[in-house]
Amino acid sequence: MILLTAPLSEKTVRGLSLGDVVHLSGPVVTGRDDVHIRALEYLDEGKPVPNCLEGAVIYHCGPIMRKMDSGRFSVVAAGPTTSARMNSLEPRFIREFNIRAIIGKGGMSRGVADAMKEVGCVYLAATGGAAVSLAEGLSETVGSEWDDLGMPETMWKFNASRLGPLVVAMDSNGDSLYEKVRNGLKRDY
Amino acid sequence: MVVKLPETTEKVVENLLRLANTKIPEDIGWALEAAAEWETDKTAYAQFGAILDNIRKAEHLGKPMCQDTGIPIFYVRGRFDSSISRDIAEAVRRSTANIPMRPNTVDPFTRANHGDNLGDGMPCVHYIPTDDDFTEITVLLKGAGSENMTRLGMLNPADGMGGVKRFIIDSVLDAGGRPCPPGIVGVGIGGTSDECVAMAKRALLEPLDHEDPDPFIKELEEELFVKLNSSGLGPMGLGGSTTVLGVKIRKAACHTASLPVAVNIGCWATRRASARITGSDIKYSQGAIL
Repeated sequence: MILLTAPLSEKTVRGLSLGDVVHLSGPVVTGRDDVHIRALEYLDEGKPVPNCLEGAVIYHCGPIMRKMDSGRFSVVAAGPTTSARMNSLEPRFIREFNIRAIIGKGGMSRGVADAMKEVGCVYLAATGGAAVSLAEGLSETVGSEWDDLGMPETMWKFNASRLGPLVVAMDSNGDSLYEKVRNGLKRDY
Repeated sequence: MVVKLPETTEKVVENLLRLANTKIPEDIGWALEAAAEWETDKTAYAQFGAILDNIRKAEHLGKPMCQDTGIPIFYVRGRFDSSISRDIAEAVRRSTANIPMRPNTVDPFTRANHGDNLGDGMPCVHYIPTDDDFTEITVLLKGAGSENMTRLGMLNPADGMGGVKRFIIDSVLDAGGRPCPPGIVGVGIGGTSDECVAMAKRALLEPLDHEDPDPFIKELEEELFVKLNSSGLGPMGLGGSTTVLGVKIRKAACHTASLPVAVNIGCWATRRASARITGSDIKYSQGAIL
């Protein structure tokens, strides 16, 4: 078992291998369809983008958040969403913000794997649907950006504490466990 | 004297949403535990560990087991009147705030989210009127990861059952890890295009331990179950010997020039709950055969 602490250095990330099981502590930022779309749009328009994205760990996740009496939010359930929806946006997103790790489910395309290799980034597979266990790893809600996007699409900022288990499913050499499984699939008609 | 008032339909639907969100149906829980026992792949075993741990925590804490609480799809069968649609809508609105469920519904053009899981055409309710003396309400919570993998094939009759099997196997394997395997493969064969897709989804309501009375369907379900589990896709598409927990098939007669086949995958957390209301008696369960 490997314990990673964000922010992650390029060296740490490049030292991870396919199949490694890790837990992660430190800052994690959620971003799914709309965060990717808006961040890239704002860059094109020269508008400021929250600086928490630089060198970040991005979690493809739209959590259930509950607003407490104090006005602060606490996380109820927070499993990964399907990463492949962000395939067309992610290569540029990784390059622009030097993303070091993406947490998600289902894996991503060859184009994303190439960007990960170039920048030094890994894809960490979280178990889809394991939302209560994973929420325990996001014990501290730090804040949010772009709340107007609605609860699932908002950029939520967490301080993670042993978030996991996460499997290194795409490494920074451009290798992908998903591609290996797909190429070895037995299609018995 | 204590007079127990019968529960309102709205309250029954709220109970159903809470049950479906927080407790895995027994048949699926058993299937996941059995699969974890025979899994030998290290990564796959870790996935089962996370899934089973999560199921226990969700039930114990009364929290939704998955953050994608889905679109609730309702099936109302038996005797009912039109007011039931308002009761269901109100129960969805209240449960979104109380359980809580994630507000998932948005306008398809503007993507605006009103925060209550309602909106045009929502909630989604299918009505099956019968002469029975009960009202049975069933809910299926359908997350987008699995729903987005839905496929309809309008095959040619010449493709035959070989073509049907190929379509089903390719639909599941091409979906890869996206629908959160290992889950249930719902299949519709025949009917019209709309009925075929509806059958594939209804098939997910059937408990895994229920055997189809039609021997041809039962044999086809077993054949596909074995073939899909020998594919190597595994839990979450990360490899392993469990890709599906079951295959459930519905059929209907079709046009002589058509051979429709539809696949609707249910994730490992195929969340369902059912209530049968007969007078003041209410019986809850977590599956239905429709």
